[in-house]
Amino acid sequence: MIAINIQKELHGANGVMQLQCKTTIQEGEFVALSGKSGSGKTTLLRILAGLEEAQGEISVAQKKWLQTNRSLPPQQREIGFVFQEYALFNNMTIEQNLLYVANDVKLAEHLLELTELTEMKKRYPNALSGGQKQRVSICRALMKRPKILLLDEPLSALDTLMRTKLQNELLTLHKEFGTTTIMVSHDPSEIYRLASRVLVLENGKITNDGKPTDVLLKKQGSQKFSFEGELLEIKKVDVIYIAIVAIGQQLVEIVVSSQEAKKLKIGQRVTLSTKAFAPTLSQI
Amino acid sequence: MSFEPFILSFKLASLTALILFCIALPLAWYLSQTRSRIKPFLEALTALPMVLPPSVLGFYILWALSYSSPLGAFFENTLGVKLVFSFTGLVIASCFYSLPFMVQPLQNGFETLNKNMLEASYIAGKSKFTTLFRVALPNMKPALITAIIITFAHTVGEFGVVLMVGGSIPGETKVASVAIYEMVEIMDYKSAHIYSAIMLGISFVVLLSVYIFNARHNKRFGL
Repeated sequence: MIAINIQKELHGANGVMQLQCKTTIQEGEFVALSGKSGSGKTTLLRILAGLEEAQGEISVAQKKWLQTNRSLPPQQREIGFVFQEYALFNNMTIEQNLLYVANDVKLAEHLLELTELTEMKKRYPNALSGGQKQRVSICRALMKRPKILLLDEPLSALDTLMRTKLQNELLTLHKEFGTTTIMVSHDPSEIYRLASRVLVLENGKITNDGKPTDVLLKKQGSQKFSFEGELLEIKKVDVIYIAIVAIGQQLVEIVVSSQEAKKLKIGQRVTLSTKAFAPTLSQI
Repeated sequence: MSFEPFILSFKLASLTALILFCIALPLAWYLSQTRSRIKPFLEALTALPMVLPPSVLGFYILWALSYSSPLGAFFENTLGVKLVFSFTGLVIASCFYSLPFMVQPLQNGFETLNKNMLEASYIAGKSKFTTLFRVALPNMKPALITAIIITFAHTVGEFGVVLMVGGSIPGETKVASVAIYEMVEIMDYKSAHIYSAIMLGISFVVLLSVYIFNARHNKRFGL
């Protein structure tokens, strides 16, 4: 079990902010850390890894990793860390990247086989694509057979297809190695697919904690479905107004009345929902 | 015509580069990693030899190494080594004079390394020492080569400090730059021409090789 109770003052874009987290994580859980950028997710992960200082306590299976004025250095914490931008050792081949962590040729072969990288093992990181680099990075993090695997938005730089593929691989590896996994992610579908629990961070505090289905599914109102988006433009066409809203990667046109059009501002966040079959647009 | 001054110059430059590398490596690493308040003071101190007139630097070193200072007296009385007007003194003076040329490229190299890469090494359980030699240095070869070669070249090219601390003792402290100065003084222009041309040629080739190496390295790594 991991018990976390930490505080740290952060100097972000919106001035000074207190990061204050208290939670426990069970062994073998797959936890997603979610929240807007600048909410302290990455910092929390880095504190867990021992890469940043903080006040408070972290104990992992009765072992103190952090307590008042004593912090276990990252070298002695049994963790694997996957960085957003891979952070591979460019002077070493793929195989050497793995063996640098632990001289276990069998494990390296096994990991490379699982991630379909065996044929690339003599290449250098610069000769790989983004997806391949991130797979190497995940393999490297597992070479120490860590108890805890920390992932900082590992798949956000990759395209959708590669993402789905790597999500499956992550899940396989999480199960096979029996790690407790903590992953920073923005992507609801990714969280839904991988995580058994979501922690939502807002301004340095945990504001929501639960199963992905409970946290992610919008249950307010009686809408059958609703999407969040950004209002891009309102056009007047003859007697009606048409609002153009960006939802994810898609642009949608919605008819609004002249009163509604007056209330809405360009650039505003809006929800698009339907009740029965009539789409309605409302401010958030 | 004797090539002794050249051999002496290169011997001095090689020794200086070697000693400075050992001193500057931990210093540059510390400067690149620290957030301490004394960092700007240390940075200013290491950069001083670049802006001070060689005569000022030479004067202080001369004073510090001479018998009238505690350091010079200690060396002469207990170790029996005379520091002023000797090759040993020249090496010490050159180390001061060329310090920024070794520290700054190395510090720059360390600072431009991907921080996450170093952190990945720490998380892999590797010490700072291992990380420095197996991850940091191999990933900053251009900075490494620049630091060593420029220090070497800068030491070969020094004149003022060498003249003040070493004098001009043939075979001991009479390096190429000092030899050329003396040739001009006694109006032996022919020898001065030959010596100067050799210096010019060697310096150009050395610098050219550094730039070619760095260009190739950057091309290979797609920078």
